Order: sequence, then structure tokens, then C-alpha cells
Amino acid sequence: MTRFEVNGQTVEVAAEATVPLLDVLRNKLDLKGSRYGCGLEQCGSCMVLLDGEPVYACSRELGSVAGRRVTTIEGLSTHPLIAAFLDEQAGQCGYCLSGIVVSAAALLGRNPAPSRTEIVTALDRHLCRCGAHTRILRAVERAALALREGATA
Amino acid sequence: MSETLPLSVVNNRRLDRWISFDADRSVHLAVGKVELGQGIITALSQIAAEELDVALGRVRILSGDTADAPDEGSTTSSQSIEVSGASVRLIAAEVRARVLDRLAQRLNCSPDELSVEDGAFMRAGALTGHDYWNFAHEADLAREADGNAPRKPHTAYRIVGTNAARLDLPAKLTGAAFIHDMARPDMLHARILRQPGRGARLAALDEAAIRRAAGGAFRIVRVGDFVAFVGEDETVVQRAAASGQEHATWENARRFTPDQQEAASLVGQPSIERVVGEPPSPPDAPEVVRATYSRPFVAHAALAPSCALAEYRDGIISVWSHTQGVYPLRQSLANVLGLERERIIVRHAQGAGCYGHNGADDVALDAALIAMQVPDHCIRVQWRREEEFAFEPFSTAMSISLRAALDADGRPADWMAEIWAGTHVSRPSSGGNMLAAEALPTPAPEPKPQDPPEANGGGGTRNAVPLYDIPVKRVLHHLVTRMPVRTSAMRGLGALPNVFAMESFIDELAELAGQDPVAYRLAMMSEPRARRVIETVARLANWSRGPAGTGRGLGMGFSRYKNRAAYAAVVVELDVVEEIKLRRVWCAADAGLVINPDGARNQLEGGIIHAASITLKEQVTLGAEGVTSLDWDSYPILRFSEVPEITTELIAAPEYPSLGMGECTFGPTAAAIGNAVAHGLGTRIRAMPLTRERIMEALLPG
Ligand code: FES
Ligand code: FES
Repeated sequence: MTRFEVNGQTVEVAAEATVPLLDVLRNKLDLKGSRYGCGLEQCGSCMVLLDGEPVYACSRELGSVAGRRVTTIEGLSTHPLIAAFLDEQAGQCGYCLSGIVVSAAALLGRNPAPSRTEIVTALDRHLCRCGAHTRILRAVERAALALREGATA
Repeated sequence: MSETLPLSVVNNRRLDRWISFDADRSVHLAVGKVELGQGIITALSQIAAEELDVALGRVRILSGDTADAPDEGSTTSSQSIEVSGASVRLIAAEVRARVLDRLAQRLNCSPDELSVEDGAFMRAGALTGHDYWNFAHEADLAREADGNAPRKPHTAYRIVGTNAARLDLPAKLTGAAFIHDMARPDMLHARILRQPGRGARLAALDEAAIRRAAGGAFRIVRVGDFVAFVGEDETVVQRAAASGQEHATWENARRFTPDQQEAASLVGQPSIERVVGEPPSPPDAPEVVRATYSRPFVAHAALAPSCALAEYRDGIISVWSHTQGVYPLRQSLANVLGLERERIIVRHAQGAGCYGHNGADDVALDAALIAMQVPDHCIRVQWRREEEFAFEPFSTAMSISLRAALDADGRPADWMAEIWAGTHVSRPSSGGNMLAAEALPTPAPEPKPQDPPEANGGGGTRNAVPLYDIPVKRVLHHLVTRMPVRTSAMRGLGALPNVFAMESFIDELAELAGQDPVAYRLAMMSEPRARRVIETVARLANWSRGPAGTGRGLGMGFSRYKNRAAYAAVVVELDVVEEIKLRRVWCAADAGLVINPDGARNQLEGGIIHAASITLKEQVTLGAEGVTSLDWDSYPILRFSEVPEITTELIAAPEYPSLGMGECTFGPTAAAIGNAVAHGLGTRIRAMPLTRERIMEALLPG
């Protein structure tokens, strides 16, 4: 039994400690927004926050998150990034997006005014096969602006 | 009348097969084209809302369903707006006209006095108390469309031509939205032990070792040399499959030689020949400029592995698939499973962008085969990443030799393209190309190599005929019949390699003539819409070229996709010192009437990035035992840090019919990069991908 926190709620999962966190999230906790792309830490589709830092859920073993705080895309559903991605229509098939939003949320959490280069660096481990990159970058900039304006309002 | 009806309507004449009105004041629109990330369901909803005069939010769309939606074949080749869009427009206009005619009879007035506002019927500006939902049943919508109802003029459009937000995007951003996320009662997960290739036989399988590696319960389903691991726990079957290959002994597996991964290996192979235009000229004609260009095999490489669900209950098999065509898939499944079509239902569920014929249909057969062995369960199969990379059908390598005899002004007077390529379209429906069928006790016969006819835009010959004013144009296409790997449709088919070759060669000829490439192109292009995109992109990019060989390159590429879909011209600016760094890309496109300009721009941008990725980085590699580009490290694609700034301009041309645009930037981008690299380096690389090794090689003296 592994106990940890997901999106603000404590959960207990009965599974081997070596099971990938991604499988636990998707199949045991019905959180399907974290996606399987490669299982190899190469695409970023599975990205979640672990104590606020982006990690690959596909390679992260359940045992290693015991007692820790996991945030998935479902926990970010009211984050200004979501509205910004919709405003920019940033995405085509959308498969890459949830992981990208997770990494972007971590970036904006520690850097409210990132430069284009800093955004690119934060997202560079994510792949998007549809070529929605330029829209995605604009969406992150838009969300950063919204966050800053919200903070000063 | 029927010869002028769009194909989708000819095949599905009944109005109520497409449109009906639901009690919650929504409009039910059923279409055969499916969402592949290209925004089609949003665009088709816009068209229906426009012609019916209802708010866009009222349209609920059902797409791709052999039980409940019309048969529109496959969703390919940028045909969806051209064919399905025209069909939805016609049907919606006719539904509106029939209902209003009926109301006019009831009210004893002329239909001209009636109008529609968000589905409510007005007479002389006043509400009649009637609307689609309380009155449509009075009209006979179970009848066949005749195509006679007038469609709105584009000048009256209020919904078409606006940037309606994608209807499917919110769910995809945050939650369960894909076929991968479906869960059904009694669901079992499955993974496949893939036969290495046609003819290979499984001689031994160390089941005990696989069970140790899996660490949980599962069963092995075996039909001939098709083997699947099936169980309740996805992690367990994934582990079983991951260890499966090393515990399997295959006999009679095919071997490969390293040169088979290169396009040059196709030249001279047994082939089926096709001539387009004038008969081929002799290869040794004197006074001719010549050059050979190539692109290797490339993968669709969808971000998500292929996935399908299937369940066999009470003699009916239901399949969920991200296929491009539910009806063609149903037919293919019927052929392989030996079931009547009536006992198979295929429903579309969304996957990641596929860009053509990838593993979607194959995994659907995997799931169906298992479901037949394990009835009364829902079988969910997901391919492993390396399985996707190794077994999806690739886009064929191509070698293209161009020759031109020049006139006194240095322009081509006689143009000849000689093309070597495998098939560009081997879909399950046409060619019987289904992976697991090769592993069955009676394997399906090898698909007969064929390529789309010229009437459909050709495959290997797609965009091989220049649009320029050249007196004599000749194309000789060799369809290579025996290929080292399965090949089938990918975005644009032969257009990207052909346009890369043609537009590179045009630049080479311009250089020989001592002319600016843009001026050289315009001097032999009389089509006004083509001229306009070339001129527009040159203006956007502030076209003016400095000397070659400085490390900074500027290049242009142009094509009209299929010589009859959207026009696009692209300019690329890049730096090239050992490696290529794209700086900026400008694009001008003319796609006639644009349903959703922002969606169209999204397609243009996506095409540019995808094409840049192919041009700079992508190649499927082969080792002795098969494909060796099995992950994103060995098959790299363009990343955030490598993507250029992109500026697009859509030419306003609403008076022309809508033209497919999903593929129109593909060839021009590849060509513009090739030309910009040649300009920056001062020497040309004619083989894609334009990698660091090729640049170093080109820079070597001698
Ligand atoms: S699925 Fe985790 S990085 Fe690709
Ligand atoms: S939108 Fe399809 S992979 Fe990014």
C-alpha cells in the first residue's frame, strides 16, 4: 500500500512499488490526462509535478512517490494556462498538450516573467508532432502575462 | 443532377442520414470524415450551422461510425473540406429549403417571406412560433437529396470564415479525450508479440521466462504466428511484451543490408512504369542539365502509439479505432476475420495526429483477432513505442532524377523527371495491407503494388509535373514492386520529395542563367493565383539575396498541391555553419474560400514544422534484422529549440471553392530549406535529410 497526495487529496494505492506512476494514475485513479507516449523519458506526454517539479510519470516508480505531493493536469484545470492555450488555439491533435501545460505551470511557478528562450528551454524535452510549437510558446507567454496582471490587479 | 453532386452525397443520398433535430434544441450532424487533429469537425459544424442558420453551439457532430454515420470513405489528402464540406453545405441547404417550403405551404405564403434565426422561423421579421425542432418532422427528410436548393452566397456568411474555436480542444487539453483513455466493462489489456516480418515462424517461446518478467497474471492468445499477451493489469502485459522478443525464437525471418535504407537502392529495381505527359526522353541526350535528389524512408511517428478496442458479443464484433476510414476498415476486417460486414461495427475514436496511414488499422485488427478468441470482454490493445516505430507503414524513399534542356534565355524548354519509389498508398481496403493478417495460419496474400492514378493526384508522381510554362514536360515513374519495408500513405504522398527536387532544380537553373530565383520563377509562371502567392511571400520576406556562401541563407519554394489544391509559397531564412538553424519562415497560401482562417493557419504552420523536421532530421534506419530507428533518440524530430518564427498570410479568395490545405506547405517548405541551405553554404545538398554529416561532406574540398 502506497500513500501519497494527488491534486490535494490523499490516496492509498495497493500496487507493487515498481509499477510506473503513470499506470497508477491512469488505471487505478482514473486520471487520464497524463498520457503514454513512449515510456522512455523522451516525449514528455506523461509529465506530472512531484512536489512542484516536473517529472516523467512513465518512468517514475510508485514507491518513490510515497508521502509526496503529485499534481496532474487535472489538478491544473483552473490554471490560467488552460485559458491561454484555448485563446491561442494552441494545439492540433492535442496529445502533447497536457504534459506541456504541466511543465509550463512549473516554469511559471518559479519564474512569473520568463523570456521566450526560458520558455523554450523549459519545454524542450516535450515533443509535438503536429507542429503546434509557435502557438504553444505564445500561449505560455499569454498565461504569464495573465498571471502577472492578476497578481497586480 | 447526380453527376454534379459531391461523391459523399452520391453515396449517401438521404437527408436524414446527415442531419436531424434533437429534442434539446440541438442539431445532430453525422459525417463520415473524422477528426485527426486537423479541426475538421469544427469546420464542418460551421458549414452546417451557416446553411441552416443556427448558432454554432447547437451543432452536435457524430463522425465516423458504420452504424450511425454516412460512408465517406477515408479522411485523406486534404479532401475533407473539398468533398465533405461541399456535401454538408448541400445537405444543410436542402434541409433548410425543404422545411421552409413546407412551412410556406402551411402559412400559405411564399418561402421568400420566411427567414431563419438561430433555428426559429420568422415571417416578415416576426416569430412564427415554428422552428426546426417543432416543425422539421413535417417536411420529408427521409428522402434523397437532389442538390437543387440554393446555397448561401459567400457574401452572406456569418459563421463560415470566422475563427470558431476548436470544439474538441478543451477536453484534449485536460482530460480523457482519446481512444487511449476509453474504459469499458470487462476490459482486458493486451500487447502483441510481433512477427518480425511476413514469413517468419515462431519456433519457440520461453513462456516461463516471460511470466517471470511480467510478474502477474495474464494469458497468451495465439493464432498461427500472431501472439498476444492479455490480462487485467496493463503494467503486467506491457512487461510481458517488453520481454517477449528476447524469449522468442523466430525462424525464416527476413534479413536486410544497410544500403536498403537509402533511396538510391531503389534505382534499377524491378518496377511498374508509368508515363505522365510526353514520352520519356533518352537519358543520354546532349546539352542537358541534370541532377538527382532523394529522400529516405520516413515514419509518421505519431506522438501516441496506435490503440484500438474490440469486443465480440452475441456474434457481433464492435471495434473502436482511430482509423482514417471506418467503412474501409470494416471491409478489411470482414475480409480477414471471414465475417459478414453486417456483423462488424466500427466506430471512430480520436487518436493523436496520424498524418496518413499509420498503425491505426493494424492495431484494430490485432484487437479484433484477440476479441474473437476472448469473447464477452472488451480487448484494449496499445502498441509499444518501439512497435510503432518498427511496424507502422512508412512513407517510401524516393529517388528523383531531373533533366532539362534549356532555351536561349536559360529557361527549361524540355523537362524530364525520372522517379523511383515504392507505393505511396497501400491501405487495407485497396491493397489488403493488414499486418496481423500476415501472421495467421493462412496468411493473406501480399498486397499487389499499386499507386494512385493521376486522376487522384498520383502517388509517386504527385506534383512531379511542374506548373511552370515549360513547352515539353515528361515524367517517368518506376513503382518499385519489392520493397524492404511496408510503405503507404503519408501527408502529401510524393509531393514533398517531388517539390523538393523540382524547386531545387529550378534554383539551380536560375543560378546557371544568372537570375534571381524569384524573378526566374515569375518569368515562367502565367497562372495568376500562383504568381500572387509567390509575389506575396517575396514581399512578406522582403526578398533580396546577398552573395552565396556566407553562412546565412535565404530560399524559396512554391507549389500548388496536386497541381489542383491550395497554392503555397514559402521563404526560409536560416544559418548554416556545420548545423542548420532555422531563423524565420514566411508563407503565403491561397486555398479559395477558407472556412476557419485560424484553423487554416494552424494547418499551414503545422505543415511547415513537420516538413522542416523531415527535411532536416528524419530517416528510418535498417539493421540486419529490421528497423533500428526505434525511439525518439534514433528517430529525432524537430524540437521547440529548433522551431523558427513563422509568418503566414492567407490570400483572400472566397469567390473560389475551398481547396484542401493540410498538405500545401509541405513541399514548398522542404524546397525552401534546401534552397536556403544551398545559398548559405554556396554548395548544394540534394539528399534529404540535410544533416550535419551531409553538410560536413559538402564542405570538404574536392
Ligand atoms: S511517455 Fe513519458 S516521456 Fe514519453
Ligand atoms: S498537437 Fe499533436 S502532438 Fe502536439
